[in-house]
Amino acid sequence: MSISFTTIVKDPEGIHARPAGQIVKEAQRFSSDITVTAAGSDADAKRIFAVMGLGVKTGDTLTVRVSGDDEEQAAKEFESFLRETL
Amino acid sequence: MMRRLRGTGVSSGIAIGRIHVLAAKHDEVQRYVVKDADAEIARFRRAQDRALQQLKQLRDKAAKDFGEGKAELFDTHQLMLRDPDYLESVEGLISSSKVNAEYAVHSTAEQFAAMFRAMDSSYMQARAADVRDVSSRVIDILQAPAEADGQQEADAQPQGEPYILAAQDLDPSETVQLDRSKVLAFVTAEGSANSHTSILARSMGLPAIVGIGDELNEDFDGVYAIVDGSQGELLLDPDAETLHEYQSSQQRIEEHRRLLQELKGKPTVSSSGQRIRLYANIANPEEVDNVLANDAEGIGLFRSEFLYLESEDFPTEEFQFNAYKQVAQKMGDRLIVIRTLDIGADKQVAYFGLDKEDNPALGYRAIRICLTQPEIFKVQLRALLRASAFGNIAIMLPMITSVDEVRRSKAIIEEVKTELRAQDIEFNEGIQLGIMVETPASVVMAPELAKEVDFFSIGTNDLTQYTLACDRQNQKLHQFADPHSPAVLRMIEMTVTAAHKAGIWCGICGELGADLTLTDTYLRIGVDELSVSAPMILPLRGVIRGR
Repeated sequence: MSISFTTIVKDPEGIHARPAGQIVKEAQRFSSDITVTAAGSDADAKRIFAVMGLGVKTGDTLTVRVSGDDEEQAAKEFESFLRETL
Repeated sequence: MMRRLRGTGVSSGIAIGRIHVLAAKHDEVQRYVVKDADAEIARFRRAQDRALQQLKQLRDKAAKDFGEGKAELFDTHQLMLRDPDYLESVEGLISSSKVNAEYAVHSTAEQFAAMFRAMDSSYMQARAADVRDVSSRVIDILQAPAEADGQQEADAQPQGEPYILAAQDLDPSETVQLDRSKVLAFVTAEGSANSHTSILARSMGLPAIVGIGDELNEDFDGVYAIVDGSQGELLLDPDAETLHEYQSSQQRIEEHRRLLQELKGKPTVSSSGQRIRLYANIANPEEVDNVLANDAEGIGLFRSEFLYLESEDFPTEEFQFNAYKQVAQKMGDRLIVIRTLDIGADKQVAYFGLDKEDNPALGYRAIRICLTQPEIFKVQLRALLRASAFGNIAIMLPMITSVDEVRRSKAIIEEVKTELRAQDIEFNEGIQLGIMVETPASVVMAPELAKEVDFFSIGTNDLTQYTLACDRQNQKLHQFADPHSPAVLRMIEMTVTAAHKAGIWCGICGELGADLTLTDTYLRIGVDELSVSAPMILPLRGVIRGR
């Protein structure tokens, strides 16, 4: 099983170094696997180079897939975190 | 012989002093074969551990010296050094190719740096420096004799006189370790407007030039030089005349700083008690910090064109909303007058698909586009109204020549407001609406126009061109296009009089507003507000307070 949701990036700079760091730190709090997809590329949300390498820009749609033991809580918290941060 | 090197000026100001070249760190890393790959991996892990400890200390130092924002960068560095992809690459190289740890770290760093350099945002390209910085920390630890690490960094800075710091490029960790009281300016061979050197220089208020190129090298150590941050020029061994010239402009900048301290927070009131509001003109949201630093009482003209000029297609409502909201929030309760799109004439954008005109200044531009293509206008109006819930935003319409144009615009604004109400989207119901007075027609019709709107703002550049029938772009007309012409000044006076009769306020947002020879005239005719470029705010306040 896994949970998916999408969110649109509103930060005018996209996912630059600081938010990328925040995303990774947040993702690492959960045991579930968290995958972020943007413009057809996937990245493990717990890996900083992968997240930065997506090159997400403002207006891009992110699809997030969460799967694992704490997926329900992780999806809920990670989603509200993303909406607030990006 | 004086020499002149050019780069990109990324932080303005002038510095004069001796250059200190920061020696480049280990450009070359030796590659050799190790016998025991597992032992080498263990050696790498010890160095990684030590580097992570150092980064934690740096984080705390950065938080203390520069604030939490800068400190977060070192959190990102720690994440990089723990990144599984990075570690797999380093350890994979050691075990498969039996190379030494230094080399494995170095080539991993280059591989990730190349990934950043290939990205299409200049900001992300500049992040290659972060990977290199983290990696060279590990390499330093690997190469240093035990217990000695950290020591050489402290020794790298000269004692004594303050200096101009020159380097290939500065790593973030180098920048936070600098003795800030000793640095006059930064000059680097590489780097961009987004590099750490640039960001740091601006936050410290020091002049900086980046991207000078390889001409900037170690031979310049100890050379006397001038850094001109606004022009992006580095002058080596300046002659007496040049030195004198720069010393005087440095004094003028100092004078401005002094003025800033003295006049900041003071009201703009003449000795007879007359008050003029001093606002700033801006062209993009990044200028707001400068507006606040110069103590503007508001923004009298926010040109929204940047949103259109910087895009490859019509900017979305969301994109515009975010830009306006950002400015609104930063300005708090101070007024922000945002001019709706003023494309056409000298500002052309390909995706608008405008025809080539023989006479663009008299052509299809500004409000004329908005009233002909309301679908474009509505996107901007929705964004503006939504942003008005977050600060004190006013809307200003450019190029008005008739009451009918204002009424038609107001009808479109009403439509948008009705839509927003129906969708339960918040906006400021009492948002002010004003017009630019920049055509002779609007001056003549000012008494009627004043009944339709909340304020006037006189655009003196276009008003001069249209009143005197002189093309602004034509150099030959210079002697005829005198903005001090009585015709222009009488136009201004007529506008102010009409505004006051109707009980609305009237400002000036053209270049003439900052003309100190006219300040007395403005006081005499009772101009309520002057909107000028941010650095002119305090000199103008000084003049008005002296009257």
